[in-house]
Amino acid sequence: MEANYAPLWESLGLDLDAHDELLRVLGEGYSNIFLSQKDRPEGMAYFDFVMSEVHGLRIKELIDGQKEGRKVIGSFCVFVPEEIVRAADATLVGLCTGADFATDEVDKLLPRNTCALIKSAFGFKLGKVCPYIEAADLLVGENTCDGKKKSFEVLDKLVDKLYVMDIPQMKSPEGRALLKAEYARFKKAVEKLTGIVIDPARLRNGIEITNNKRRALHRLNSFRSADPAPISGLDALLANQVYFYDEPARFSESINKISDELEQRIKVGEGPFPKGTPRILMSGCPMAVPNWKVPWIVETSGAVIVGEESCVGERGTQNLTDDTGETVDELMDNILDRYFKIDCAIFTPNPDRQQHIEEMYERYNADGVIHYGLQFCQPYQFESINVEATLEKKGIPALRIDTDYSVEDVGQLKTRIEAFIERIA
Amino acid sequence: MLCAGVDIGSRSIELVALDNGHVATIRKVETTLDPIAQCRRLLDGVSYSHLVATGYGRGLLAGHFRAETITEIQAYALGAQQLFPGCRVVLDIGGQDTKAIALAADGRVKKFEMNDRCAAGTGKFLEIMAASFNIPLGNFGSFALNGRKGIAISSMCTVFAESEVTSLVAKGSRPEDVALAVHESVARRSVSMLKRVSVEGPLVFAGGVALNPCIHKLLVEAVSYEVIVADAPELVGALGAALYAANMA
Repeated sequence: MEANYAPLWESLGLDLDAHDELLRVLGEGYSNIFLSQKDRPEGMAYFDFVMSEVHGLRIKELIDGQKEGRKVIGSFCVFVPEEIVRAADATLVGLCTGADFATDEVDKLLPRNTCALIKSAFGFKLGKVCPYIEAADLLVGENTCDGKKKSFEVLDKLVDKLYVMDIPQMKSPEGRALLKAEYARFKKAVEKLTGIVIDPARLRNGIEITNNKRRALHRLNSFRSADPAPISGLDALLANQVYFYDEPARFSESINKISDELEQRIKVGEGPFPKGTPRILMSGCPMAVPNWKVPWIVETSGAVIVGEESCVGERGTQNLTDDTGETVDELMDNILDRYFKIDCAIFTPNPDRQQHIEEMYERYNADGVIHYGLQFCQPYQFESINVEATLEKKGIPALRIDTDYSVEDVGQLKTRIEAFIERIA
Repeated sequence: MLCAGVDIGSRSIELVALDNGHVATIRKVETTLDPIAQCRRLLDGVSYSHLVATGYGRGLLAGHFRAETITEIQAYALGAQQLFPGCRVVLDIGGQDTKAIALAADGRVKKFEMNDRCAAGTGKFLEIMAASFNIPLGNFGSFALNGRKGIAISSMCTVFAESEVTSLVAKGSRPEDVALAVHESVARRSVSMLKRVSVEGPLVFAGGVALNPCIHKLLVEAVSYEVIVADAPELVGALGAALYAANMA
């Protein structure tokens, strides 16, 4: 039976009518895109449940936790170190940025040529439909691209709990020093928010919780190099998306269960698509819930996605944080080491990302790469031209797509993606 | 039994049916607002063993008939290869899409570009411009061939370009010169797309717009390689689909 969360949502100040409409559209989209898939791993039932309760049970858990003193920190970026948040018994959640909402209101505050992801964050806030942003005790903005950086100035006027973290743009000793200082400052802010002093044991615990989530996804992804792929790209993307919301231990356990299943599947050669299905590596901008447009087009056009070079994917989850260290300083340095490797396009130059794409292409036995760029996302659109040219030069078929969250270009995208699949098949 | 290919475009639907590799039937209808009824008419009395659909309505056809689908990109590549073996690049300007397709030496699609979202630089653009000149679309190209160079249409947006045309004519520019400028803007856009996919010809110019002599002439002037226009350029996609069907048989 469906629980009645209306009083909970009301207490968070949500617009109930608008929120109902959002859930209706979300449920419909989910059912059309996910539940219609064939031969899904049984373990995906957990994620179906999580998605059906993403604004319900999970929010209730967070609020119940707050009553016991567990703070909730909302983030927009994989540069916000989860280890520090977990060390203070707080919860880190990724914020909703995957659909257009309240666009008229957003256009009053942001320039039109702002990417869909940033606009979406504002749409959810202005439309009063995101329980996470409302429930959070602290929101962390981060100076990555210009769009985000400047939009946080605007967001700061809408909320009274915004904390902005500076992020370097070069992988130099000076850049590293900046990130180190920012992580130290963030640790202090988390300590102040929670009233907890982070000691080495706590920090090690935070590292372990976070690493376990990453390990679980690494294991799941390792099975995707098999042909046939034992899981669809859509389902794998969903797991990567839920990574940002779910209770960590439960998430890791559920992913491990699916992995056990995938391990069995590849032994008997089972998968949602037949052996020999053309295999696509997706690369580029992050896809937050419920941004499933392009993967859905790809997987209904005769191909399977076998990897995500994305913040919601391997860019976000690759590399573990070393947990060896006796002091807080040593462990904080380990955290710094891990995050400073993230090959986000805001860095200049950013050769590691190109290498990572090529390495993933090999590791997942992909047949081609689709670069997914959000319109007006300067860093990734800039890189996409070189990514495509470099891949093609090496004989790796590449398709560059620039799109947004609207559905008006679905027909043309379908033609381009189908033609790309014909090319690599 | 025939192998049939149907190309459901935004403006027209074409059928090519092959009998042992030879073209047995050619039909063409307008797309209208009921393309499925039009496809029924088109296929009426054609006894085929394999049917392949292409064009933007390919999915629609496959939902109503037992048909495989391929994209226009593959269809045009196959069709052009068949007509002109050895061609290395195809430019297809249709009703609302423009596509540049580079082919490898073995005929496979090597790289392609397609206009995204809007219909700037496509047949629709020329159609709306021709209407604003009160000239039948079929005569628009030869009308523009009488123009003198020197005017530039700067807007690629159909709506803005239309007002640009109106104001140029109002300022006393010769309509033929403005019409030429309109054609130049379409050719420029197509050439830049071609340059992004390929540097070598020969090029096969296909799609309905290939019937326009002015675009053809401008294209020849702009590229360094040979430009070939098929006898019936609007049928190349349906031919490609039929060839694909024959390959399945």
